[in-house]
Amino acid sequence: HNDLTPPRPGEELKVTFIDKDGDKHTYEVAAGDNLLDIAQSNDLEMEGACGGSAACSTCHVIVEDDAMYEKIAEPSDDENDMLDLAFGLTETSRLGCQVCMSKDLDGLVVRLPSMTRNLQSSDFSKK
Amino acid sequence: STITEQAQRTDRPLRLAVIGAGPAGFYTSYRVLSKLTNAHVDMYESLPVPYGLVRFGVAPDHPEVKKCQEKFDEVASSDRFNYIGNIAIGTSSPNLPFNPLPLSHITPHYDAVLLSYGAAKDKKLGIDSEDTLKGVYSARAFVGWYNGLPEYAGFESQMLLDSAEEAVIIGQGNVALDVARILLTPVDDLRKTDITEQAIEALSKSRVRSVRVMGRRGPLQAAFTVKELRELLSIDGLGFGGVDPSFFPAELKTLPRTQKRVSEILQRGSKSPYVPGGKTWDLGFCRSPAAFLPSESDSTTLCAVRFEKTTLSDPIFSDKAKVTGTGEFVDVKAQMAFRSIGYLPESLPGFEEAGIPFNTKWCFIPNENGRVVKPAKDDGSAAERIPGVYTSGWVKRGPVGVIASTMFDAFETGDAIVEDWVAGREFMGGKEEKHGWEAVQSEVKNRGLRPVNWEEWQKIDKAERERGQKVGKEREKFVTYSDMLSVLN
Ligand SMILES: Cc1cc2nc3c(=O)[nH]c(=O)nc-3n(C[C@H](O)[C@H](O)[C@H](O)COP(=O)(O)OP(=O)(O)OC[C@H]3O[C@@H](n4cnc5c(N)ncnc54)[C@H](O)[C@@H]3O)c2cc1C
Ligand code: FES
Repeated sequence: HNDLTPPRPGEELKVTFIDKDGDKHTYEVAAGDNLLDIAQSNDLEMEGACGGSAACSTCHVIVEDDAMYEKIAEPSDDENDMLDLAFGLTETSRLGCQVCMSKDLDGLVVRLPSMTRNLQSSDFSKK
Repeated sequence: STITEQAQRTDRPLRLAVIGAGPAGFYTSYRVLSKLTNAHVDMYESLPVPYGLVRFGVAPDHPEVKKCQEKFDEVASSDRFNYIGNIAIGTSSPNLPFNPLPLSHITPHYDAVLLSYGAAKDKKLGIDSEDTLKGVYSARAFVGWYNGLPEYAGFESQMLLDSAEEAVIIGQGNVALDVARILLTPVDDLRKTDITEQAIEALSKSRVRSVRVMGRRGPLQAAFTVKELRELLSIDGLGFGGVDPSFFPAELKTLPRTQKRVSEILQRGSKSPYVPGGKTWDLGFCRSPAAFLPSESDSTTLCAVRFEKTTLSDPIFSDKAKVTGTGEFVDVKAQMAFRSIGYLPESLPGFEEAGIPFNTKWCFIPNENGRVVKPAKDDGSAAERIPGVYTSGWVKRGPVGVIASTMFDAFETGDAIVEDWVAGREFMGGKEEKHGWEAVQSEVKNRGLRPVNWEEWQKIDKAERERGQKVGKEREKFVTYSDMLSVLN
C-alpha cells in the first residue's frame, strides 16, 4: 500500500468516500494526492489493477456533486477510453487514479460504484 | 465479523482448489483469503508459469495492463496460498508434454473447487478451406505465438510474413485490432516490449503493407474499443482508409457516449496520410465471411477471402442493429487471413462424473453468481446448486470482458464462496477436514508429474528478466515447457 505524506497543519483538504454499503469515510489529505492512493492507504475497497496508469478502470468513482465535478480538470483521452469500460458509468464518473486533490476540491465526495455486471459492446473479444 | 462467524461455523479451515492461474483464479483467491482468514488455496495451472492471458493474451505493447500481476504476486505471497504450476487438471488440451491429473483425483481432498480455467480454444467460422489453406490462421494462434505460449512455439514456420503483402482479419473485436497493430507497428517499437525474439525476427522480415479488418456489422455495432482504435490511428506512417459516412447519423450528438467517441475518431482518421501502395489499414463493414479462396497457381495457398455483403436492419445507428445477407459477394485479395471471432471455453473431462454441467451451446459453466448450478428446467424445477463447485472468469460468463470485468466477476464468486462457508451450507465430500495438496502430491509424484511451485516460478521469472536485460527489454520469455523447466534443473 502506498503511504501518503500527511498534510501540513492548516493545509488539510477533506475528501469523503461513500462505500458500497453506503458508509461514509472522511479523510484529511494533502494537495496532490490522488483518490486511488487515498482509498488504498485507508484500506477502502478500491483496486488499481494497472497501477494508476489509466489503463484498467478498476478505480472508477462517481462524483456526488455536479458542481464539484465541473471543478476537476477534464479527463484525458486515455481516461475517457477507460471510462467507456467502467461498470455503471455515470455523467460524473472519473478514474480515481487520475483525480488529484487540490484546494478547489476541498470537501469532495465520491461514491464507489456498486458491483453490477455489465457485459456490453465494450467487451474485449467479440461475441 | 467474518472471523467470528467463521469460528461459529467450524474450526477447520476451508480448503479451496483453484483450477487456472489467470486473473479470475487470482482475484477470487484474493477475495476468499482476505475474508476467510484461515482458508487455504491451492492453485493448479497447466503451464509452469502463472497469469493466464495477462501473459499470453494482452499485447506486449500494453505493459500497463500487466501491472495487475503485482496484485497476483501479493496473493501468492500469502502462506495460505500454494501455487502448483505445470499440472493440468483433466484437460485434453493439445501439445501437453505430460499427462493431466484427473479432476476426480483432487476433488476428494478439498471442500471447494473453483473452475477458472479460461477459454483455451478458438471459435471457427465453419466456411470453406478454413482448416486447409496455407495462410489462414487463428488470431489466438498468432497472439499466443508472439506472446510465447508454448502451444504455438515454432509457429513462425507456418507464417507467410516474408511474402504476404495483404492481410485480412475477420472480426472486429479488440483482439482483431491487437493483431492488426502488431502486424503494422514498426518492428523497432516492439523490440523494447516483452514480445518474443522469434516474433521480432519474423516480423522484421514482414512484407505486410495492407491490413483489412472486416466485420459483419457496421462501426456502431463493432466490439473494439476506443483505446485500441486510437492506437492504430496514431502509428507513424500508417494511413487509414476511412469509413463511408452513411454509417453515421448526421448528428453524432444523438449517439451514446462510446459510439459517439468511436464515430468522431473514425471520422478524424489517421495521423499519417493514407497513401495507396504505402502502409495502410482499413475497416471493412457489412461483410460476412463466406469462403477462403485458393490461389490459381498454387491451390494449397490462400489468395483471397470471399465475403457476402450484408445490410443493417433498423435501427441502424444502434448497437442492436442486426444484419441480413444480400446474396452479393466480393472477394478481398489476401495472402494471409486471421480468424478473430472469439475464444471458446470448453468443459473438462471428468465433469460428467463429478455432476458438473456445461452449456455446450453458449460454452460456459451454468452458475448463479459464481455458484455452479444444474440450470432450472422448463418444468419449473429450480436451479440446483452443486455443493462446493464454483466458477469465475471467462469460463463463468463466456469469453468476453477486460480484466476489470473479470475482477468484479471474480469478487462476486469469492463472496459467494465465503457466504456459503460462513452460512454452513453443504460443500464437497462431507464435514471431515481436508488436506489439499498435502494429500494430492504423492499421487502427483507417482504419476511422474513435475509440479512447479511459486519459488520455482520466481526463478523462471528471474531468468527471463536476465535474458531480457541483455537485449534491452523487460523480459525474454521462454517459449517451451522444457526451456522453462531447464532453469530449475
Ligand atoms: C488477445 C487478448 C488480449 C487482451 N488484452 C487485454 C487488455 O489489453 N486489457 C484488458 O483489460 N484485458 C485484455 N484481455 C482480456 C483478459 O485477458 C481477460 O479478461 C482475462 O485474462 C480472463 O481471465 P481468466 O482467468 O478467466 O482466463 P485466463 O486468463 O485465460 O486464465 C486461465 C488460466 O487457466 C489455465 N488452464 C486452462 N486449462 C487448465 C487446466 N485444465 N488445468 C489447469 N490450468 C488450466 C490457463 O493456462 C490459464 O493460465 C485480452 C484478452 C485476449 C484474448
Ligand atoms: S488504476 Fe487503472 S485506471 Fe486507475
